[in-house]
Amino acid sequence: MNIYRKCRTAVALLFFAALLLLFLDFSGVAHRFLGWLAAVQLLPAILAVNVGVVVALVLLTLIFGRLYCSVICPLGVMQDGFARLGLRSKKNRYAYSKPKTVLRVGVFVLFVVLLVGGVGSLFTLLAPYSAFGRIVTNLLQPIWMGVNNLLAAVAAHFDSYAFYAVEVWWRGAASLATALVTLVVVGWLAWRGGRTWCNTICPVGTLLGFISRFALLRPVIDTTKCNGCGRCARNCKSACIDPKHHTIDMSRCVVCFDCLDSCKQGAISYRRPKVQSAEVAEPVSEKRGGMSRRAFLAVTATLAATTAAEAKRQKVDGGLATILDKKAPHRQQPIVPAGALSLRHLTQHCTACQLCISACPNGVLRPAQGVMRLLQPEMGYERGYCRPECTRCADVCPTNAIQPITREEKSSTRIGRAVWVRENCLPATEGVQCDNCARHCPTGAIRMVEQAEGGRKIPAVDRMKCIGCGACEHLCPARPFSAIYVEGLDEHEQI
Amino acid sequence: MQTKDKKEISRREFLKRLGLGGVVTTAALAGCAPRKGEDRPASVAEPDPAQMTYRVTPTTGDRVSLLGYGCMRWPQVDPRDRNSPMDQEQVNRLVDYAIEHGVNYFDTAPVYGRGLSERVTGNALKRHPREKFYIATKLSNTRDFSREAAMAMYRKSFEELQVDYIDYYLLHSIGGGEGIPTVRKRFFDNGMLDFLLEERKAGRIRNLGFSYHGDIRAFDYLLSLHDEIRWDFVQIQLNYVDWKHAAEQNSRNTNAEYLYAELSKRNIPSVIMEPLLGGRLASLNHHLTERMQRLRPEESIASWAFRFAGTPPQVLTVLSGMTYMEHLQDNLRTYSPLEPCTEEELVMLEDTAKLYLRYPLIKCTNCQYCMPCPYGLDIPGIFLHYNKCINEGNVSASSGDADYRRARRAFLVGYDRSVPKLRQAARCIGCGECVEHCPQSIKIPQQLQRIDAYVEALKQETEF
Repeated sequence: MNIYRKCRTAVALLFFAALLLLFLDFSGVAHRFLGWLAAVQLLPAILAVNVGVVVALVLLTLIFGRLYCSVICPLGVMQDGFARLGLRSKKNRYAYSKPKTVLRVGVFVLFVVLLVGGVGSLFTLLAPYSAFGRIVTNLLQPIWMGVNNLLAAVAAHFDSYAFYAVEVWWRGAASLATALVTLVVVGWLAWRGGRTWCNTICPVGTLLGFISRFALLRPVIDTTKCNGCGRCARNCKSACIDPKHHTIDMSRCVVCFDCLDSCKQGAISYRRPKVQSAEVAEPVSEKRGGMSRRAFLAVTATLAATTAAEAKRQKVDGGLATILDKKAPHRQQPIVPAGALSLRHLTQHCTACQLCISACPNGVLRPAQGVMRLLQPEMGYERGYCRPECTRCADVCPTNAIQPITREEKSSTRIGRAVWVRENCLPATEGVQCDNCARHCPTGAIRMVEQAEGGRKIPAVDRMKCIGCGACEHLCPARPFSAIYVEGLDEHEQI
Repeated sequence: MQTKDKKEISRREFLKRLGLGGVVTTAALAGCAPRKGEDRPASVAEPDPAQMTYRVTPTTGDRVSLLGYGCMRWPQVDPRDRNSPMDQEQVNRLVDYAIEHGVNYFDTAPVYGRGLSERVTGNALKRHPREKFYIATKLSNTRDFSREAAMAMYRKSFEELQVDYIDYYLLHSIGGGEGIPTVRKRFFDNGMLDFLLEERKAGRIRNLGFSYHGDIRAFDYLLSLHDEIRWDFVQIQLNYVDWKHAAEQNSRNTNAEYLYAELSKRNIPSVIMEPLLGGRLASLNHHLTERMQRLRPEESIASWAFRFAGTPPQVLTVLSGMTYMEHLQDNLRTYSPLEPCTEEELVMLEDTAKLYLRYPLIKCTNCQYCMPCPYGLDIPGIFLHYNKCINEGNVSASSGDADYRRARRAFLVGYDRSVPKLRQAARCIGCGECVEHCPQSIKIPQQLQRIDAYVEALKQETEF
């Protein structure tokens, strides 16, 4: 294995593992050290107008080619994994194919139109980093949490507080389905044809492809050494080496350096091209390594099954009153986190990577279901409320769709307002003393007032003080529908 | 007094189970004592009679033992029956042992022990030479403020105690009732104070003072008269919790630090009551206990409270109501001689007081009478978790504690483990259905809300 390829593989695996961890982690620890990995992804950097990162990535591509796709993009590295599995069954399985320029440009233009035109969040379906995020958040994080809960149960047995159990829940059918379909489609394409997705569909790949045509360093075929065997082309996962003409399509090459190894003649080298014409290649095939991750997945699956059984056992209660599950009220306006500024701002800037959803420790964020905001985050308070000390979603957002916010700013940002529903309220209907909403309101927006007709005191909301955190809704004893719930605000306001 | 508290009962039972019982006599001890020359472990060593610490009353020059005997509840013949007579024989043994080991101050009152205390105490003391002991009793005219009733009470004390002079005579329980108006009715309007001052002149009262609980204005008022009256001593409640935090326990109380300072600046010696805060300072939680035992592994937890109470130099004597020989011996060891608390120890005890006050254990016995809560809370589960955390030192007094991070995690992670989120204290709506079912009279909603507030402080990491 040549040194380039070794380095590429090593760095790519590091990036991939770190990003995987970033999305799996629910404790907030990983983000402190790895949060920057999300910020250096191209599409989030563009949406966040992160000029430094964008310039750096363009320069990287101008010098080295599409190294981004081989190393930084987690979906790209994931595809290499699938491709490697495919290679095991068949050697020398790729072949040069002509660029599908019309399709590529067409998808790219569509993507830009959807993105700029702000027509819903459909563009996010194509965004590579976000697709990866959704796969991990929806498919792998529940398993990760399951394993954690198993460890927590073991720790509890030994009186250790090293692990704590978390609630595992499926965040939404649409989101789950999208993640599953993305995984199957991308995985299958990769297994069958390497980087097909990256070189036909992926808008980031297309964009970087434009730039990498002008890359300073690139794989170059030495025609004096090439015997025209075509081995390089048959091992090129990007299908971009044309052995007949000794050319390499740099718009599709992801500089994986596989071809350097595949050429028995040593005719391919990575350098500045001397002459314009000579560009050849021979691919490579690889079978070794890559086992550990597969093994890991197998192990986690087994553990997840065990954990599910464990969770069932723990659900048994003794002589306690039954508690109905809360149901989400029908909200006229969805609630989005403080820092999102407004629903509009969030919709326009969010790539639906769901990092915020995977990071939310209170079970508040979940993917929206409607077409216009498909897969983007919104809030609900059945499982918890937006706790005053938490700014995790704003901390992790790589696109600034949820802008960084301090605890103090968050506590003075109105994202919604509480609405009282008399017919569910215990003091009003059953004459039971209750002030749980007022007692837990972090801004003191709820006051217990006398009813005009007498009886128990009922809650009254001071709209100007209510920030919409949902403490009242979540802690309201009325079930399944709370007697007080939060309605979103179109534009967030400062109090 | 030590013996009044419920915890004392558990201590008693503990001793019974150990087979020590209340009846460990001098003789018995001598009988089973190891041969001379063998050292016993400090915790069971014979108190050295020559080593008792003494303090001096400035006005009369009395040399008073730092351990004073509180005669509020002498052992009864049948401890289970509250109406059974005092066990005079056992009282005699205790008094003999105390005097042999240097105790010379005995504090009683006409109202103590169903009115039997003065007689029983007098019976035990008359077997000793009169100059060997000082007797303190009180004018407990808290019901009938008339001169006649007060006079009768005064006269009767001499009869009961079988003495012809009283060493320390107190106006009992100043600060009760309405404060100053009550004091005036009890001692001024009926002329009793003038009478008692005459009695002091005549030598039938050697020292005149008062005992104080409650309204601070009454205390200040009597002290303001010091120039005319010349109080010989004053009895106050002092322990390491009441030193700076009296009002946190009981809003009518005043910090002992203030009381002691007021007395000291007038050169009036303080007689100390409630050194153990009703016995509660005799057993603390695991964390606090361990901290004390690390420093003094062979000494009782109560000994810390006694050392604290004895440390201020103008404390004349520290009263302890010792029903059991075990307590008497322990206290004698503590004061033979007194090792005053060091600066570091005082800091530690102040910290102990804060922890004690902030996190008293909830007296839940997990009887489940309050269950099921209509809103699904696991009330005993919450209390048990909270108490467990206190006893394991996982409830922090301050967010600045060195141990705070670890304790916080243990509390919060353990909370979710012990009680499902939906059944935690945050869910209590205060409907109060549980309250009447609790045999321990725990104010359940208030306690749950207090725990909830603590949990919120931990979660939000607010400084406290």
